[in-house]
Amino acid sequence: MSFEISLQHSVGGRTVALELASDARLTALVGPSGAGKTTILNCIAGLRRPDTGRIAVDGLTLFDSGNGTDLPPERRGAGYVFQDLRLFPHLRVAQNLAFGERLAPSGLRRMDKEEIVGLLGIGHLLRRWPATLSGGEARRVAIGRALLSGPRFLLLDEPTASLDAERVETLLALIERIRDHLAIPILLVSHDRDEVERLAGAVVTLP
Amino acid sequence: MSLRVSLVAVLLSLPPAYAFAWLLARRRFPGRLLLDAAIHLPLVVPPVVTGWLLLLLFGRAGPVGGWLEAQFGITLVFRWTGAALAAAVMALPLMVRAMRLSIEAVDRRLVEAARVLGASPWQAFLKITLPLSAPGIAAGAMLGFARSLGEFGATITFASNIAGETRTLPLAIYSGLQLPGAEAQVARLAVISIVLSIAALLASELLVRRSAGSRAHVL
Repeated sequence: MSFEISLQHSVGGRTVALELASDARLTALVGPSGAGKTTILNCIAGLRRPDTGRIAVDGLTLFDSGNGTDLPPERRGAGYVFQDLRLFPHLRVAQNLAFGERLAPSGLRRMDKEEIVGLLGIGHLLRRWPATLSGGEARRVAIGRALLSGPRFLLLDEPTASLDAERVETLLALIERIRDHLAIPILLVSHDRDEVERLAGAVVTLP
Repeated sequence: MSLRVSLVAVLLSLPPAYAFAWLLARRRFPGRLLLDAAIHLPLVVPPVVTGWLLLLLFGRAGPVGGWLEAQFGITLVFRWTGAALAAAVMALPLMVRAMRLSIEAVDRRLVEAARVLGASPWQAFLKITLPLSAPGIAAGAMLGFARSLGEFGATITFASNIAGETRTLPLAIYSGLQLPGAEAQVARLAVISIVLSIAALLASELLVRRSAGSRAHVL
């Protein structure tokens, strides 16, 4: 199983509940805004602690309220591309990319930096500051930063949000390539049905 | 003399000030309000009272002062080191305030992103929180420096006014005013203190501008 998730979490009087077991390369999580999709990604990445449940990815249990397992975020191996990107403003693009790369456990299979920079088409941006990037450029850098941290799985939160149609097409093609070339499970959060249909092997809908 | 006292005071209080600022900005713990109040005490209490409290604590008969003297042979009262301690305590609240604001301004989501990328809490602090709050550290150090240059009440109470040992600029000006015919000397010292203060202010403003771009200002 790539993703095995069973969790319940209450935030501000609302309860988010999810049962998910998927073996697809790319699993999509869909639902209206406010349904708790980002909350679930945060729970998987270890930034938020679910009230109860169990989260396992690729056979490794990350969280289990039953036996008290709760790995800290740095040991979960998530490659999380936030919807708000969160590039480090005081570091140049190259240093942003290197941030997770240097911290990646040496045992993990590392992806080649040249290859990823080429795949994302961000080679000409390396010396720039994040504040000077366009939305699409910043998103590709954020994806690169996540890929280079030696992730065991990827979490993509609305990767095509706020991009124009042409950029969306480029990015979807890119995600397809990542999905087909890198053998790691991907969980995609989206509200776009077409996007999901095109990319996902399995779809889970939140109410 | 004044410069050495102020520099030592600022360097001495920089690490604890940043630690307090971080605690107050990022942690919720029992006694947080109490710590906040204790740090701000020197700002609101008359300096003479602060000096007297220091005397009680760090005097030769005080719990901390007695221990320092017995263990290391260090005496603070009536020494320039004592003047530095008094200046540091008086400067602490201003430094903590400036640093706390800058730590609170560091986006927690960036710290989360660093953690997900594999950074331990300590690594995330060193690589994200610390550099991004650097302008606040510079601003705090400058405020602290200016504050300790002007420190009078706590210093004269705790370290006294000994020429060549604890007579800082403000104390020297005060002493000059007590003597007939020292007006020229008083004026000279006053000019020096004004120049030093303005230089500190400008230096830190330049520092902050260079480190944080034109967005951040101390002034």
